[in-house]
Amino acid sequence: MSAVICTDLCKYYQQGDAVIKGLDHVSLEIEQGAFICLSGPSGSGKTTLLNAIGGLDSLDSGEISIDGERVDLLGKSALADLRLKRIGFVFQAYNLIPVLSALENVEFVMLVQGVSAVERKQRSYNILREVGLEGMEDRRPDQLSGGQQQRVAVARAIVSQPRLVLADEPTANLDSQSMEKLMTLFCELNRMHKITFLIASHDQRVIAWAGRSIGMEDGRVIRDEVQQVC
Amino acid sequence: MTVKRQNGRAFALSFRLAWRNIWRQKRRTWLTALAMIFSNVLLVFMISLQFGSYEMMINNTLGLLSGQVQVQRAGYLEEQKMRQVVDNVDELASNIRKRFPEASVAARASAFVLVSSAERSFATQVMGVEPAHEPGVSSIPGLVAQGRYLIAPDAAEIVIGRVMARNLKVIVGDELTFLGSGRDSSIAAGVVRVVGIFDSGSQDLDRSLAELPLGYFQDIFMMHDGGHTIALAFDKLSAVPEVIEPLSVVIGEQNDLVVLDWEALVPGLKQAIQADMTSAWFMYGVLIILVAFSVLNTQLMSVLERTREFGVIMALGIKPRRLALLVLLETFLMAALGFLIGVLLGSLVTGYFSQVGFAYPGMDEMAAKFNMSALMYPAMDPFSLMLGPSVVFVFCLFAAIYPTLKLYGLRPVEAMRAV
Repeated sequence: MSAVICTDLCKYYQQGDAVIKGLDHVSLEIEQGAFICLSGPSGSGKTTLLNAIGGLDSLDSGEISIDGERVDLLGKSALADLRLKRIGFVFQAYNLIPVLSALENVEFVMLVQGVSAVERKQRSYNILREVGLEGMEDRRPDQLSGGQQQRVAVARAIVSQPRLVLADEPTANLDSQSMEKLMTLFCELNRMHKITFLIASHDQRVIAWAGRSIGMEDGRVIRDEVQQVC
Repeated sequence: MTVKRQNGRAFALSFRLAWRNIWRQKRRTWLTALAMIFSNVLLVFMISLQFGSYEMMINNTLGLLSGQVQVQRAGYLEEQKMRQVVDNVDELASNIRKRFPEASVAARASAFVLVSSAERSFATQVMGVEPAHEPGVSSIPGLVAQGRYLIAPDAAEIVIGRVMARNLKVIVGDELTFLGSGRDSSIAAGVVRVVGIFDSGSQDLDRSLAELPLGYFQDIFMMHDGGHTIALAFDKLSAVPEVIEPLSVVIGEQNDLVVLDWEALVPGLKQAIQADMTSAWFMYGVLIILVAFSVLNTQLMSVLERTREFGVIMALGIKPRRLALLVLLETFLMAALGFLIGVLLGSLVTGYFSQVGFAYPGMDEMAAKFNMSALMYPAMDPFSLMLGPSVVFVFCLFAAIYPTLKLYGLRPVEAMRAV
């Protein structure tokens, strides 16, 4: 079954007199449990595509379905619910809540979801252990390294067991060692939990980890190829 | 039950988050809180002082002569005619004393006469009073500066004000004659000995009032057993509203008698208080609005500088409503901090001055006008302590509405691009 189906997505930006093509008739289908890397230079439309799939940005035309549900037709509130329950986000700049500890950052989304305290704690501790942050639960973001912060961000993204994780340049601020660890983690989560990963990156080392690589340029898909699975 | 518990836990984390958020910018939070604390201390003290001064003004004004409640014939307050009489005034006063043992009760009668000494004559008001009971409702017996107050209920004695004594050129022991109209319109005249001269602090009162024993007054003015008013005074002014109805029952046997409270007896006093309160609240309003703008500025800055963070949180699926509640909670905590410290410090300052008294330049003249002490004592009660800070608190919460509304306009993608 397809986790995500994008059909003829178009998104244009006006910049002075020029029209920038964010997405130019993009169509693609993503299978459940896929591990995909979107690659391309800056401005190629990777982030725009992730934002559109995640319901963070509107489209000028086209259709997006996640698990058979039309995302492009949903209102703000329904989109928020969709993101809360079915999509996990990982950002380039980690974007943790600075005044909350690692554990509280991970708990935060589940709390809003209404997960019981016991289950919340258990899942948060488990996921932090899984991403290699055991013993660091009470540290605040400024007490963690960049790699550790990104791991917390990953833990936050997957703790509520989303069907889809959208990661935008997750390794951009990480050194090679941290990048390796993070990608290993993504692969493990993909394999163990059958979570679909869609990662936007222009880092060739990241692209090598993906089972499918989609190349973008000027808002269009220029390459879509299956690679050796990580 | 589970939902309640869940909401409670969600609130606990929101509370923790809000508390930590307000301390991200310690200096800014303290500056805003200090603005609230300063205004709250000022409001607690000023409002308590204001209420204290009103209480003093009321007690002094009412305690001088009128009492807090009066029983009289309907229409007497407006017309003050001799024949608008309360019959059996002694007996009725006695009944009221039995029904309200906590009250001081004194019967009175009043007339306007021409009073003459050996050298001069003046028009004045003479009041027949019960010497044994008058000190309970009026401070004039205690303000006798020369001689003594009246003792016998029917002696031909008079107590006059300091200015009247000066105008008539009499001293204690001199005789005065007076001439007026009796209840039956006959001529009422008498010769009385000055036994005391009072100094009330009010020039008007000292010039225009003299007191005689009620029994003597009734004889001379053909009042029989009648009088014009029965004055009542209670320990606390707050007792007045509760006695109006039962008092009406006690006097019910005599038709056409009315019970008047102090607001009806001295309407100017309440109007003066209301006018003063209005002007004071105008000043307080300016202060409160300035504080509210300070809070608005702080919370707006706080929201704007966290735009990116809010964008990320919204991207995670948190709705603007929850973020708005978070910002409101942050404002609530900051306002509560200002409220608690402000009320505490304000109470300490007010408590100190409620013991030692407070005076400011120019107070003497105004105090004398209302027969007040030059020292004012702030009223230490929960209402006066809480009123100002509560208004500041509410205004601060209102000030957070605009920043919270901005959150509803945020779009996650744009917000996450904010620097």
